[in-house]
Amino acid sequence: MTGDANGTGGDVILRLEDVNTYYGRIHALQGIDLEVQRGEIVTLIGANGAGKTTALKTVSGLLHPPMGKIIFDGADVTHVAAHELVRAGIGHVPEGRRIFARLTVLENLHMGGFTRSVAERSEDLERALTLFPRLRERLSQKGGSLSGGEQQMLAIGRALMSRPRLLLLDEPSLGLSPILVQQIFELIKEINSQGMTILLVEQNALQALNVAHRGYVLQTGKIILSDTASGLAANADVRRAYLGEI
Amino acid sequence: MYSRWVERLTDVSISGFLWAFRIVIVLVVVVGSALTLTQGKYSLATWIDLALNGLSLGSIYALIALGYTMVYGILGMINFAHGEIFMAGAFGGYFAAVGLAQAGLLNLNPLTAVLSVVIMIAVAMAVSTTLAVLVERIAYRPLRKAPRLIPLIAAIGASFFLQYTFRGLFGPGIYAYPAVDVLGEAVPLSFIRLRWVDVLVVVSAFVMMAGLYLFVMRTKVGTAIRAVSEDKDIAALMGIDVNRAIVTTFAVGAAMAGAAGVLYALMFRQVFFFSGFIPGIKAFTAAVLGGIGNVPGAMLGGLFLGQAESIGPTLFLDGFGVPSPNQLRDVIAFTMLVLVLVFRPSGILGERVTEHKA
Repeated sequence: MTGDANGTGGDVILRLEDVNTYYGRIHALQGIDLEVQRGEIVTLIGANGAGKTTALKTVSGLLHPPMGKIIFDGADVTHVAAHELVRAGIGHVPEGRRIFARLTVLENLHMGGFTRSVAERSEDLERALTLFPRLRERLSQKGGSLSGGEQQMLAIGRALMSRPRLLLLDEPSLGLSPILVQQIFELIKEINSQGMTILLVEQNALQALNVAHRGYVLQTGKIILSDTASGLAANADVRRAYLGEI
Repeated sequence: MYSRWVERLTDVSISGFLWAFRIVIVLVVVVGSALTLTQGKYSLATWIDLALNGLSLGSIYALIALGYTMVYGILGMINFAHGEIFMAGAFGGYFAAVGLAQAGLLNLNPLTAVLSVVIMIAVAMAVSTTLAVLVERIAYRPLRKAPRLIPLIAAIGASFFLQYTFRGLFGPGIYAYPAVDVLGEAVPLSFIRLRWVDVLVVVSAFVMMAGLYLFVMRTKVGTAIRAVSEDKDIAALMGIDVNRAIVTTFAVGAAMAGAAGVLYALMFRQVFFFSGFIPGIKAFTAAVLGGIGNVPGAMLGGLFLGQAESIGPTLFLDGFGVPSPNQLRDVIAFTMLVLVLVFRPSGILGERVTEHKA
């Protein structure tokens, strides 16, 4: 299962090689090379429209790149359908949370565990509810009736229900109050410390670099910089462009 | 300045017309019912007869309407070929019945008669399901990403294709359904007139509707269908095979329509290539009435339409001295469709459709 990395010295779980993705007629990803090692938090930062969300959608199979290769856990998954990648171990928390508004919270979580057997599911459900105790009181409520923060928790809990080995997080802090943003980042750290590999896309570059081990900077579909998180946070160009320093 | 006045005037006259429309409808309903009831031409027994007839008819409409509403819920398209799926089921049941009659089982004794009906329904469900899955695969799936009007046109094409395929196969003639004698007999109850066929229709329709409701609301696959109805990409990210959920929806809706086809044919004792059209469009009306996309709404809409069609003509129109008002039942049904579309497009139980399906 573990495809040892070719000369990179780590245990690579995800590798993108020269990936090109089109979004309609827009050439959204223009030859992306990227690597995530087991146990890491890797963040993709960049301006609006740089291709961060497209990159995650390409990894989870919602978009298929006509050129390039995606290797997950040693297997070429470039042309594998999204619903099969869930079984392979990729969980994706989409931008804007996208809770099933007309399903109850419990049903949302059950759908997250769609690929699992009923016995495994109840165990995973318990785990998710321990992580998000707030959801326990709301199990029979419709997903659409939750607050933004609760919806984000549900979205993450739902993705964890499939027991992914790689979690893709798209703008988890978007639209949340500063206190909730803090909580979400604490949570990302906690999930990671339990062994989860995370690929994180964030508008909030400062926070993202705080929790991440490494990062990539995307600009108009190309990776222009990659370094350790602290290296990026110290980089003058990054500070000027993404951390709001003049 | 001038054009703004014209605009104002148009707005005022449109809303004036709509109000006049509402008032006329309400007047016809209220005055007509009052006149009919005060004339006292009809006894209570007649009204009960009409209501029971409406119940049978309505439960069949409800069964068919479920297929329209579920497919609309998951794909946002009206499957105009659904009436033909219903007709194909009736044909399947017909050939099963002919076979059973030749084997001498259809009317041997009440037990074999009931078993025969079960077999007829099972055959009809199988035929309808197979056909619907094929139609989805061949005519609709390739158009999944096309603009919304295009699958709609494909559905109308599929409807014609099936009609004239059946006409080609079985000719334009009307096939008389083999009689199941027991079903024609009256239920031995003194206070109401009821045939066994009505009992069969209502009971089996309600059992199937309850089954479908539980399937959609309680099972993993049913929940997956609701998830796909809401958001296909996210459903795929849950590991749900979206195509499989859509095919399952078509199959379940078609199974209901196939069963309804046999029940309808047992009531009216005939089937031919065009016999799916009117029940199909009535069931579509029922689905719109209940709020298209809404499963309980389709059941409610069907039952409501059945009553409106059965009691409505006599109740509303007889008092005005309209001759043989029952001939106008289709007018009532389609007037209701227009009324719902004009005044409450979301139907009785519907949410505002446009918000979700933009």
